[in-house]
Amino acid sequence: MKYVVSLVLGILAGVLILLAVLYYNPLTARNTLSPLSVSDNEIITFRYSAVAADALVFTNDGESQIKPNPPKVLQLWEPTVRLTNSMVTILRDSRNNPAAIGIKISSESEKTNIVDGNVIVDSVWHIYVPGRGSLFVEQQENYWGYVREIVIPAYWSSGDSWRGNWTGNITSGPGALGTARVVGGSGVFLGLVTDGVESLRAEAYSVDAGPVAMDAELTIELPRIEATLTPDP
Amino acid sequence: MIKTFIAGLLLGLAGAGALLFYTPVVNQAREQSLIVVHPNHGNTETFHVNIPTDRIMIGAPDQAEPLPPGLDWPADEKFAAARAELFKLRNSKDAVVGVASRMAASDEVAGGVIEWVFHLPARGSAYVLMDSQPADEGYRIGDLLTGTHEFEPLTGIVTERWVADTTGFEDAPAGRIELITAFVAREFADDLPEVDAE
Repeated sequence: MKYVVSLVLGILAGVLILLAVLYYNPLTARNTLSPLSVSDNEIITFRYSAVAADALVFTNDGESQIKPNPPKVLQLWEPTVRLTNSMVTILRDSRNNPAAIGIKISSESEKTNIVDGNVIVDSVWHIYVPGRGSLFVEQQENYWGYVREIVIPAYWSSGDSWRGNWTGNITSGPGALGTARVVGGSGVFLGLVTDGVESLRAEAYSVDAGPVAMDAELTIELPRIEATLTPDP
Repeated sequence: MIKTFIAGLLLGLAGAGALLFYTPVVNQAREQSLIVVHPNHGNTETFHVNIPTDRIMIGAPDQAEPLPPGLDWPADEKFAAARAELFKLRNSKDAVVGVASRMAASDEVAGGVIEWVFHLPARGSAYVLMDSQPADEGYRIGDLLTGTHEFEPLTGIVTERWVADTTGFEDAPAGRIELITAFVAREFADDLPEVDAE
């Protein structure tokens, strides 16, 4: 009997050690430095509140922790879209003025693997900037840092909430440097193919409602158009 | 007993590790891709949006009845010429397979902009630019500008048209927006004959 108890205790200890290693693994630490921060090119910044209640429209399967907004919006309950969220919001520029209409559609990715520290969401942005044109942003987002440093501590907290200051890049691909792929569709962006990065700045999270105070920033690099030398006539 | 404990420890480490590594955390539900192969005309796939039942949002100023109810669309003059819509997207068997956004706008710089983004969670996304003027036959034709995952290596066209319901059933939708994609791998695009939207 004592061998059985010893074996069970050993298994439990092994599982706990593995979970602790995964949770505290320094190799999967959040990325706070944007690859675009060292760029010489012009950067466009779009800011928005990442709280669903602040969006014009936010919808999901209706049974998730984050509630759809407005409450009567059509929900994505069908099996194929049950793991998908859609958000429509006004994107603000760096001076906090309304600058664009942004539609973000995100789906949980089958690439998610806790062992590798990957909580992956595949998302696309459809953006229209009045007077400038439209953009499409494709990105793979990794929420492991967010889950590890905000969501899990909120569940551990006696108040079922988390408060603090957390900043991190969530874009993890498809670019080699962990950047999103941005394609211009019209206007001044026509023909543009460049990189982008989305980051989150969280201050409060509730187990009941999800993010309570959280802002996001989408930065897009605008490559310089090299001046073409024209010969003197 | 210590040896048994250590054996259990290793078993727990290996077992939990294997379980976490090999058990899929996310398993997207899939519908069969209903692609039709035409003789000498590439492949087409038909999607549609039932109106009004699949419309999630109409983002436009001054709507008498906002959709969804409670939507507070910004009154900013800057967005006055823009209309953003969000839909559920269905395949030809009428099963919901994704979400689609449609942006229609006009301004001095971009001109007339009509764009779709199709997002099919298990397959990828497609970014389609439509002609601002419809063709004579009532179609609007557009090009696949870029895509993700399954759509990334593809090129081709999309047609959009309104099809009014003619069944007369009481609970039938008013009609549907029919979207037909004709995509082919970029490496084979030059080998195909011209595809006529008709």
